[in-house]
Amino acid sequence: MRKVLSHPLAWPAIALLVLLVVNVIAQPEFFHLRMQDGHLYGSLIDILRNGAPVLLVALGMTLVIATRGIDLSVGAIAAIAGAVACVRIAGSADESATSTAIAACALALAVCVVLGLWNGFLVAVLGIQPIIATLVLMTAGRGLAMLITDGQITTVHNSFFDKISAGYVLTIPLAIIVALAVLGLTAVLTRRTALGMLVEAVGINPEASRLAGVRSRTIIWTVYVFSAFCAGVAGLMIASNTNAADANNAGLWIELDAILAVVIGGTSLAGGRFSLTGTLLGAMFIATLAVTIPNIGIPSETNYLFKAVVVILVCLLQSPKARAALRIRRRVTPTPVSAPEKAAA
Amino acid sequence: MTQMDVQAPDEGAPREQPDAVITMEDISIAFGGVQALDGVSLRLFPGEVHALMGENGAGKSTLIKALTGVYSIDSGRIVVGGEEHLFSTPAESLAAGISTVYQEVNLVPNLTVAENMFLGREPRRLGGIDSRAMNRQARATLQRLGIDVDPASVLGEHPIAVQQLVAIARAVDVECRVLILDEPTSSLDAGEAEKLFDVMRRLREQGVAILFVSHFLEQVYEVADRMTILRNGRLVEERLVKDTPRLQLVKLMIGRELETLERLEKETATSTDRAERPVLTAVGISRRGSLEATDLELYEGEVIGIAGLLGSGRTELARLLFGADTADHGELRVRSTKRRFRSPRHAIDRKIAFTSENRRAEGVVEDLTVADNMLLALQASRGWLRPIPQGTRARLVKEYMEALDIRPADPNALMRNLSGGNQQKVLLARWLMTQPEVLILDEPTRGIDIGAKAQIQQLVSDLSDRGLSVIFISAELEEVLRLADRLVVMRDRRKIDERHNAGVTVSDVMEIIAGEATAEAAVAEQEESRA
Repeated sequence: MRKVLSHPLAWPAIALLVLLVVNVIAQPEFFHLRMQDGHLYGSLIDILRNGAPVLLVALGMTLVIATRGIDLSVGAIAAIAGAVACVRIAGSADESATSTAIAACALALAVCVVLGLWNGFLVAVLGIQPIIATLVLMTAGRGLAMLITDGQITTVHNSFFDKISAGYVLTIPLAIIVALAVLGLTAVLTRRTALGMLVEAVGINPEASRLAGVRSRTIIWTVYVFSAFCAGVAGLMIASNTNAADANNAGLWIELDAILAVVIGGTSLAGGRFSLTGTLLGAMFIATLAVTIPNIGIPSETNYLFKAVVVILVCLLQSPKARAALRIRRRVTPTPVSAPEKAAA
Repeated sequence: MTQMDVQAPDEGAPREQPDAVITMEDISIAFGGVQALDGVSLRLFPGEVHALMGENGAGKSTLIKALTGVYSIDSGRIVVGGEEHLFSTPAESLAAGISTVYQEVNLVPNLTVAENMFLGREPRRLGGIDSRAMNRQARATLQRLGIDVDPASVLGEHPIAVQQLVAIARAVDVECRVLILDEPTSSLDAGEAEKLFDVMRRLREQGVAILFVSHFLEQVYEVADRMTILRNGRLVEERLVKDTPRLQLVKLMIGRELETLERLEKETATSTDRAERPVLTAVGISRRGSLEATDLELYEGEVIGIAGLLGSGRTELARLLFGADTADHGELRVRSTKRRFRSPRHAIDRKIAFTSENRRAEGVVEDLTVADNMLLALQASRGWLRPIPQGTRARLVKEYMEALDIRPADPNALMRNLSGGNQQKVLLARWLMTQPEVLILDEPTRGIDIGAKAQIQQLVSDLSDRGLSVIFISAELEEVLRLADRLVVMRDRRKIDERHNAGVTVSDVMEIIAGEATAEAAVAEQEESRA
């Protein structure tokens, strides 16, 4: 038991499980999945689908955080991606054609890569602190999205674009498949190449890495570009969900959810070793929390409050002083109290 | 022996002030299993400059941190002004009148000089800060110390040397009986250091006890009255500076009695048939504040041993040769092609490898596995898109683990769990995998056990037999003499001597370091630099 608990993924997994159990108690048919018109429906599917954008953003964020950085601009980049794609589709001669949608999405992702290059340039080349460097685009990016959409909410009518969030492939929502595909891509990118190891080396000991000849500039640059790319995919998904580009509200505060997901997943904000599985669990935890609150009869507006509680608990779990105190406590009360249980009580 | 030295006849104390302001007796501190201080004693008298001497790992900074309440002591006692104190926080030590100024200035650059001096204890008037009174008091203090700075000017506009003086002014303005200066001169040039010494002398006249840590022997002889010498966490001796010739000080710091050393001397079997062209040539490379213009030629299959005390420029030279720091002036040639190393990468591409003396901060990546640590340099040179194939990885790691006898022989063990000696072997493996032509080792055997030490020395010797060129830096002269074909001696940021390691004895080297046998060499060098 002790060994299981000491596994780095044990706590995020337990937290997610506890949330799911709370949901089942509140709503016994929570786990039920049903098939309708060849599509899979159910609360679990909703959670996965709603959590897809956060998961996408969090994957890129995981790598950035592993290099001791942070990317605050992902929400704004998501908004820009949506804006570019929608304006492009709406302005095209053949608005409903599949090819239009594909070209628009490709353009949007290309713009995101450029924005990622900008962030990476500020951090890796100019050496600006990541929090400041990405703050530039966090604030300016929304303005950029407004410029692109002319301050209007641009709605589009394109069945392919709509499918990114509402489509199904083999009974499973496309959004889930896209998110899992990017997860797979990230895993391959980091663990099949040497990127993961070099990212960790730079995050754990930048000076030792420099003296070992690691091109940390390239590594750091790469992760910011990848983070922006992930944010772009998330932005397309968000825009597709409403079939519109909303420069003000698309992806609003998603950077905070993503950072929270990464941290819940056990990747330290101080950089170093990262866990993509942990980030997956973290993102799912946040998505599950969002449905749990209305499920147990609390108004969903209080969601932020519960997130705040989670943040506080995660901070406490990472603080050495609180851990020491908890260790003494645990001898007295063998069952550790976690946020969701408190919420249910 | 240590106790006797301290309680030796009181001739060590200045005559006019027989009562010590600080007495530290029998202080011991252990970190984990490592005994950082073992029964060390120290006396400080009012109105004296007391130098704390010792090489790396001697325990100087641990002793200072015990005195300033950063570390709590395991045993022993600290008496300040006749009262026994148990400092558990820096604030308690400060309250007892002990101020410290560190090497790097811990002040706020965008406040004024006066604001910095009074930070946290500003004179108040009508609920606000009385800046006029503050500037007036600051000016008085600065004048008392002979520091010519406008108290209303912004601190960050002044050079580091002046900022350091302001830090001292701040330190002594608080009720200060003892001032600890921890390597205050390491980033100052000669003129700036002289100003600092003036201030120190004034403070001494005013009855302050100054504990001075510096790597520069010249400065110690210029300004200090007495010194306490530490070695490997133990007290060696407390002595009057004027009664201690330099050679004797160097011996006390480095250890071993002269007679024992002569017996250990190497019967040099140096091969004189060196290759025709040097692998690596440095012509007049220098860097402000760390190294004066230095020449060096390294031939194929040769081991150059660099001897010198801490701060002599030995590490600084190594870092410039590897591109870890960039040279301000001078030229580097690799196999007679001129090269400029703007980063370690450039040097690595030219088959140069370097292990830092600071293994933990600049060598190991603690939270990665042994295998990843070994492969880091090789992987870095391939770039992240070309991972080393699994099979090659496993084979390489296994090969080097066996060849270097690394324990535990588990490629997946975390680096942080290895002993210092094994970590050092992993770092050597990291570089050997890149098949370098030049290997620069800065203190590769520091802090590791005897067995691993012998293995590493053997390895260096074998590698050079196979044609690898090595620069070997160590504070242990026996080790340098055992391995080196050619010997370079450094002092005060410059090369002062270079000779074939034929019949050179440890005592010869000590004399050179102490500066008593180098008049000719120095003259020759000056002429050379003029030419």
